[in-house]
Amino acid sequence: MDRMPAWADVVLIPLISLILAAILSALAILAIGESPAEAFYLMVDGALMRSSGWGYTLYYATNFIFTGLAVSVAFHAKLFNIGGEGQAALGGLGVALACLYIPWPHWSLALLGSAVGAAAFGALWALIPAYLQAKRGSHIVITTIMFNFIAAALLNYLLVNVLRPVGAMEPASASFAAATHLPTFQSMFSSEGNTLFRGSPANITFFIALIACVFVWLLIWRSKLGYEIRSQGYSESGAKYAGISPSRIIIIAMLISGALSGMMGVNATQGAAGRLILNSAEGAGFIGIAVALMGRNHPFGVLLASLLFGFLYQGGAELAMWTSIPRELIIVIQALVILFTGALDNMVRWPLEALFARLRKKEA
Amino acid sequence: MTLMTKFLSAAATGLALAATSAVADPALIYDLGGKFDKSFNEAAFNGATKWAEDTGGSFKDIEITSEAQREQALRGFAEKGFNPVITTGFSFSTPIANVAADYPDINFVTIDGFVDPAEHPNVLSVLFSEAEGSYLVGMLAGMESKTGTVSFVGGMDIPLIRKFACGYAQGAKAVNPDIKVISNMTGTDPSAWNDPVKGSELTKAQVDQGSDVIFAAAGATGLGVLQTAADNKVFGIGVDSNQNYLHPGNMLTSMLKRVDLAVADAMTAGADLETGVHVLGLAQDGVGYAMDEYNADLITEEMKAAVEDAKAKIISGEILVHDYTADDTCPALSF
Repeated sequence: MDRMPAWADVVLIPLISLILAAILSALAILAIGESPAEAFYLMVDGALMRSSGWGYTLYYATNFIFTGLAVSVAFHAKLFNIGGEGQAALGGLGVALACLYIPWPHWSLALLGSAVGAAAFGALWALIPAYLQAKRGSHIVITTIMFNFIAAALLNYLLVNVLRPVGAMEPASASFAAATHLPTFQSMFSSEGNTLFRGSPANITFFIALIACVFVWLLIWRSKLGYEIRSQGYSESGAKYAGISPSRIIIIAMLISGALSGMMGVNATQGAAGRLILNSAEGAGFIGIAVALMGRNHPFGVLLASLLFGFLYQGGAELAMWTSIPRELIIVIQALVILFTGALDNMVRWPLEALFARLRKKEA
Repeated sequence: MTLMTKFLSAAATGLALAATSAVADPALIYDLGGKFDKSFNEAAFNGATKWAEDTGGSFKDIEITSEAQREQALRGFAEKGFNPVITTGFSFSTPIANVAADYPDINFVTIDGFVDPAEHPNVLSVLFSEAEGSYLVGMLAGMESKTGTVSFVGGMDIPLIRKFACGYAQGAKAVNPDIKVISNMTGTDPSAWNDPVKGSELTKAQVDQGSDVIFAAAGATGLGVLQTAADNKVFGIGVDSNQNYLHPGNMLTSMLKRVDLAVADAMTAGADLETGVHVLGLAQDGVGYAMDEYNADLITEEMKAAVEDAKAKIISGEILVHDYTADDTCPALSF
């Protein structure tokens, strides 16, 4: 079978999938008696036409970049890391411990410390399933899923019994000291008399996410380790023949993957909430899977897909606020996008491949 | 062309939407459990709906879907001039504390949450004495039980729910010191509020252990608890809203938490809302037990008299119901 041109694979297929998802969403909105055009306008207006909207879009996107990169790094080694949620939750815990128990003099040092904490905790949480896969053959999909639940239970225990300030009702840690607060986009980009990104949670972590994209690109395509990871992904027996230890690659790839997921905690826990809350990962670990699928496991694709999902999240919030579209339908819209771009990829791919094959035959 | 006009008209509607909502209507933000949980959030919705019907007023509401939306929704409503902005659930305390100072002209209301009134003069914290109401339904459970075992199914294992369980156990032990109280929590993450299947399994396990009165304080999970209790011909006790109608004959009563009244009161006060901290207990009719045509045959005169007597004594201070959240311990139940 002839391959399609690269641009069709990278641009055309996601675009057609998106349009299909948008058409179905529009039908669903019509069916409950709202105007799809108005809904689309509200989403665009709320997410992209104001700096405060961008602040939320970029905040969500930052989370998705980290978890999306995490999934794609593991995927290059043919490991399906579904445990991003748990690893991100543990990353949040690492951030919280670093911020609560170390008296940081300045936010830049606190950022370094909490990033190390987040990456270490996330990586360690991924290490156990990785070890079980590498040495015991327990399937990584099953173990990482189960570790999500263990992480949720562990965090709940810690927040209810250990970290919660006495007398507080909410299962959340105390607020972090002011010195650990990261600069938000509002404080970074506002000038006197012109407040930008007002009240939005986007913060300096966004730039760390961009750096992480570059780092992952260098790692996968420009380093020896990345070559080994990709070799393992293409063919484990081939890699083994070339002297690459599969168990070593499994463990290293999962450690990097877990560390990237954990880094999400810097954005959500230190940057936005300023304390550790229950469910701090908020499903971003799972969205990361869709982001990685849609972004074709390439950092730049992950970045674009993250922006799209950030837009969907923020636009969805605007819809919930100003229309009577119920939140369940907004989840349906988000799910349609995931379904078409991720799961139903071949539905668009096969006809397109056939089309390109026919075009090529004609040329010949 | 038609698409263009459609888009323009949509844009115009969007603008109109922004323009018309600058009046001082109240706004209501539900917690993650959602508007139609047949319990806590729905009570708020019912209170708001009743207020709108009675006064002809209108209100705007939103069901949030993520933690980051808490502050976002608060700011969104405050910026458009909605007043007061009412929230349900204790998780709104910190977001309100973060936001309130930026909008000094808007009043915020947190139901179940607590925001220090000294720091934020434009916030009203409405708290309920759930322990007192749970104590009364615990007494009813203790008097009704034939097996000498009653039980409790909580939603997510958090201090607030332990407060319900602790009050319930104290009430049951007040009428029968030898009674056995079983307590189970559905889960440790927020999905525990919406897991009727697991609630049903826990209920079956409790019935197998001999429990014949089961108090559910678990949001939508409680629907599974009450259903299973009715299926096994034992008694269920509802929570927050009056849930007696769900299974007539098998619902002993419901522990009322009058979130609806708190919401309606705040909406009636409007921009003139009196801020500070309000604790609604038995004395204020903020909590209580439900009596209606569905359970009139189940509650005998003696039971009612005993409960009314205890209610009066709690109000006068003669009976002190221990509040779990005061020191994170419970004399009547171990978790």
